[in-house]
Amino acid sequence: MTAEEVAGRLRNGMTIGIGGWGSRRKPMALVRALLRSDVTGLTVVSCGGPDVGLLAAAGRIRTLVAPFATLDSIPLEPHFTAARQRAAFDLVELDEAMFMWGLTAAAQRLPFLPVRAGLGSDVPRVGPHLRTVVSPYADGEEFVAVPALRLDAALVHLNRADAQGNAQYLGPDPYFDDLFCQAADTAYVSCEKIVDTADLLKDAAPQSLLIKRPFVTGVVQARHGAHFTSCAPDHDRDEPFQRAYARAARDPEAWQAFTDRYLSADEEAYQAEVAAFHEERT
Amino acid sequence: MSSRSTNETTRAEYCVVACAEAWRHAGEVLATPTGTVPTIGARLAKLTFAPDLLLTDGEALLIGDVPALGARARVVEGWLPYRQHLALAATGRRHVMMGASQIDRHGNQNISCIGDWARPTRQLLGVRGAPLNTLNNPTSYWVPKHSPRVFVEQVDMVCGVGYDRAAAAGPSATRFHHVPEVVSNLGVFDFATPDHSMRLRSLHPGVTVEQVLEATGFALTVPDDVPYTRAPTTGELRLIREVIDPERARDREVPA
Repeated sequence: MTAEEVAGRLRNGMTIGIGGWGSRRKPMALVRALLRSDVTGLTVVSCGGPDVGLLAAAGRIRTLVAPFATLDSIPLEPHFTAARQRAAFDLVELDEAMFMWGLTAAAQRLPFLPVRAGLGSDVPRVGPHLRTVVSPYADGEEFVAVPALRLDAALVHLNRADAQGNAQYLGPDPYFDDLFCQAADTAYVSCEKIVDTADLLKDAAPQSLLIKRPFVTGVVQARHGAHFTSCAPDHDRDEPFQRAYARAARDPEAWQAFTDRYLSADEEAYQAEVAAFHEERT
Repeated sequence: MSSRSTNETTRAEYCVVACAEAWRHAGEVLATPTGTVPTIGARLAKLTFAPDLLLTDGEALLIGDVPALGARARVVEGWLPYRQHLALAATGRRHVMMGASQIDRHGNQNISCIGDWARPTRQLLGVRGAPLNTLNNPTSYWVPKHSPRVFVEQVDMVCGVGYDRAAAAGPSATRFHHVPEVVSNLGVFDFATPDHSMRLRSLHPGVTVEQVLEATGFALTVPDDVPYTRAPTTGELRLIREVIDPERARDREVPA
């Protein structure tokens, strides 16, 4: 598939899970394709990074389900903070473990999972849909019952995949990418490189095979498709470009110039402009 | 005019030792520091009086050596990806020191947003794992700039759960709840009072009780005799200055 074809399968009002974490291994090429489409009114489920920032800046998010948004080396995601401060979308703010068990519940076809997190905090105050459950055993303890975070579609970016959707991460952390795919009715994997199935384990251990083909709808080859987030070991985060993104995001005029230059044409043009950005710096 | 001897212990170095002390009796658990000074503190603790601590590289690896700040570890002793880190918190084998944009006298902490949650005046990170941390493993806090804007009567969004809120939430919330201490650039604080409200435990040398009270936006318990935070030993100072933080990143977080 192409990233454009993935975006073409998404509909207004869908609930879309986005893999990766903060500014790490985000499916940015798919997000950029989504930005080039007209799809809007989305519920976005994400350990937020610039994926959330870009979609929020473009006004595509109706509801965000997230425990945080960050650019890692830049603690606060500027578009996310600005969008929150103008109440641009509804937020379902979950603790990180609640988020993980919500995705797990969805993947396991359970309505909820109990978690010792949230009680006593303001998470239930700002999330009045949350309920608690009492242990049926002798302890009688009360827990938050995290509702399943079922998704219409999942977008993830991995290092390698075969054409059938067996996808492999070669970096240190799988994040929740397999859970996102299992929790979704349709899942789209972009990867640095599509390889023959027989080559997946040429230089890697079997536990690097994170995502299994029954949970994948389509595979997209997108070299540097996580840019500007990190995609270890294929490439690090592009820190100079991330700084340029964050600077532009804080000023409407600069942001207009940024979108004109980088986000108005296709992925190939984006990657060419990024290369030009680095040439200008040297 | 007097000039400061370069050998004089700086405020940042007192803060490092105060943070390290938080892990003294932690045992064989993961130390999860947030911020520069707590990171130096955790590494100092591991190199001295708490050798059993586990440390991460800030991402998914447990490191087997103690590198300088910013340097790569040469030894990896374990794998701790994000999902396992969250699961580890639930085992209790972890003592985290988080930051706090706001903290109140019962130890409720906020890193989510300032103002009305529905439309904050200042959006911050989000709750992250603070609700999980505080109900499952010891959670201390580090505040590099002690001020009435941080030490507030009431936090705008309870992320990390304090003693009063945990008690009100019931036994499942209090079962493993423990906020051992709060370290700031002015002193060390704990909740060793009958109602678990915040108490001044020690002042960093050079700080007065009046300064602390002025910088605190709620009624702080101040004992009659407040000791000073202990000074680093010669060996600890050498480890801080030569081994862990030769670039003096600590001074950027807590200026002299």
